[in-house]
Amino acid sequence: MPRFLREYFNRNGVGLGSIMLGLVLFWTIGLIILPQLSMLDFSFRPNLPPPEIGGPKDLYTLENYKYLIFGPEGGSQDYNAVDLKVFYRTLIAAVLVTLFNLMLCYPIAYYLAQTNGNHIRILALMLIIPYWINEILRAFALRIIFGESGVLNNLLVGMGVFDTPFDFIRNDIALYAGLGYAYILLMIFPIYNVIESLDRNQIEAARDMGASWTRIHRRVVIPYAKPGISSGCTMVFMLSAGALAAPQILGGPSSLWFTQLIYQQFNDNSDWPQGAAYAVVLLVTCILLVLALMRVFKVNMGDIGK
Amino acid sequence: MSAGVGVNLENLWIRFGDFVAVRDANVNINGGDFFSFLGPSGCGKTTILRAVSGFLEPSEGNVLIGGNNMKGIGPNKRPTALIFQNLALFPLMKVWENITFSMEIKGASAKERRKRADELLDMIALSGQGDKLPSELSGGQKQRVAIARALCAEPDVLLLDEPLSALDLKLRQHMRSELREIQKRVGITFIYITHDQGEALTMSDNVAVMRAGVIDQIGDGKTIYNDPNTAFAASFVGENNVFRGTVKKVIGDEVMINTNRSGDLMARISSSNVGKMKEGDDAMLFIRPEAFSLAPLGTQGDHFVTAEVHKEEFEGNVFNIFMEGEGGKEMKVSLPNLGQSFESHKGEPMTLEYDVHNAVALPAGVLATE
Repeated sequence: MPRFLREYFNRNGVGLGSIMLGLVLFWTIGLIILPQLSMLDFSFRPNLPPPEIGGPKDLYTLENYKYLIFGPEGGSQDYNAVDLKVFYRTLIAAVLVTLFNLMLCYPIAYYLAQTNGNHIRILALMLIIPYWINEILRAFALRIIFGESGVLNNLLVGMGVFDTPFDFIRNDIALYAGLGYAYILLMIFPIYNVIESLDRNQIEAARDMGASWTRIHRRVVIPYAKPGISSGCTMVFMLSAGALAAPQILGGPSSLWFTQLIYQQFNDNSDWPQGAAYAVVLLVTCILLVLALMRVFKVNMGDIGK
Repeated sequence: MSAGVGVNLENLWIRFGDFVAVRDANVNINGGDFFSFLGPSGCGKTTILRAVSGFLEPSEGNVLIGGNNMKGIGPNKRPTALIFQNLALFPLMKVWENITFSMEIKGASAKERRKRADELLDMIALSGQGDKLPSELSGGQKQRVAIARALCAEPDVLLLDEPLSALDLKLRQHMRSELREIQKRVGITFIYITHDQGEALTMSDNVAVMRAGVIDQIGDGKTIYNDPNTAFAASFVGENNVFRGTVKKVIGDEVMINTNRSGDLMARISSSNVGKMKEGDDAMLFIRPEAFSLAPLGTQGDHFVTAEVHKEEFEGNVFNIFMEGEGGKEMKVSLPNLGQSFESHKGEPMTLEYDVHNAVALPAGVLATE
């Protein structure tokens, strides 16, 4: 038995230790790794009617991946322009949502972490309680606010800002707002956690030496908060890129989210192998993107866990 | 170098809600002085420092630096640099970046900053350590980096908030002389906050003794030690034995006090209280442990004290004798070790003599240990 395992069992006892270990293994292997592996397996198989599954035609193929890039065989175009466009637009939008979220949440997290008093607890509660409402209802609430005859349009037209109602939904503003709002807490809390442990004297020391607020943030607070920022950004990016409810409800008619394509393949076309291939491409691209950005910003994997 | 920039506190009041942290402080600090605020924790000394550095606006009164009123001027605009109790080095910046942070703000080039950092690193005897992170340095080295960082800003006044309190005893004593040395070399005004009277006395040109927001006495170390203004200053600075009693007779600047347990004793009235003590007043008489000498047992007189020996200690340079004192407290006597033979008198009475000039009489007041 390796040493860390022996230490683990010494600390927790054999009974409790086995139960905890069993649950963790079941969670990671049974609920995450095996289903993903089976999706990976699906993605390399042809879409066959049930009787032919396991038959002579059930051979591994790259067909599903080719489809994303080149479209249907003998199609009119050289590339699957429609799906590819949705794919990169989803990624870009997810990056934008993440950046927007960061700009919004960093000041809030800083304020929460560096201010004392009861009102901070109330503020935190006000941030948390809306999340008791489920995601779909929150998305519909935003639709009501942003709709053509919604609260916001009534207000803006009433104030004379616009002559005619502005179509927030067709212009994707509702979608960005919805996605941004959906993951605010996942951005705020990791940053809050890190900044809370920042010694306030460091801020005062920088200030005492004549630093402006922007410089204090750039040189002292943000470098310190980097693990929290990267952890928050990773989560928000991954979840936005993989979101389904918000794009479904708040997206304009012309703007599909890549997850909606995946959903269509699984559900409407009953083409699980094709859906699986799309899902694998999204997952792998997102992971690679995150790893590349972590390299650029010199973030370690261990920092993400902070 | 420079003649130094003075700091004046004029009728300074600082309140937090109903709590008065600083009460009507008036202090004149000469340019180039090493000035200490000495007092127990919670006496308001750090509050004064924060008011000088600009992190706190006084409720009333003024802070003048070099004769200029600092009202409304933020900490980043004052000619002061503060060294924090926990140093507050930036953990993610290298040592040289830490030291030259103030130059970075002013837009100095990396080359200039590096050069200045190397000069300052030489000065604090840390040459070649500029590329380390603060976490790779020892406590004393971090201390010196914090000093270099503050000096790099070329402040007129350096403010130090108990910067030695986190160090162990040996290092603390070493850093005391080093700080004093640095201060002499750069010639700027140092304002030093401490609760350690040893630190205050050894380093400072002048010391302000504070208690509960009030400055009891300002003076050089010798004056504060030998001629305290108040019972608090007498008991807080150095060790002291107190005898309570009432004034029996005033003779010029000396006084006879009818003490509760040692009869009538003579003492010199502390110079700021001459003429203020009169017959019948409650008074306190202070005699330092080292002011006693042995006398033939049973000698009577107005500068002799007889009491039973409770405990004896050999400290190397002195013999400490703890005798039955007032109100269950022990009276401490320190006799210098001059190679004389020393017999134990434990459990027996002993008679001690003191020079009236070394006993200080003060109006009764709050003691530091109470």
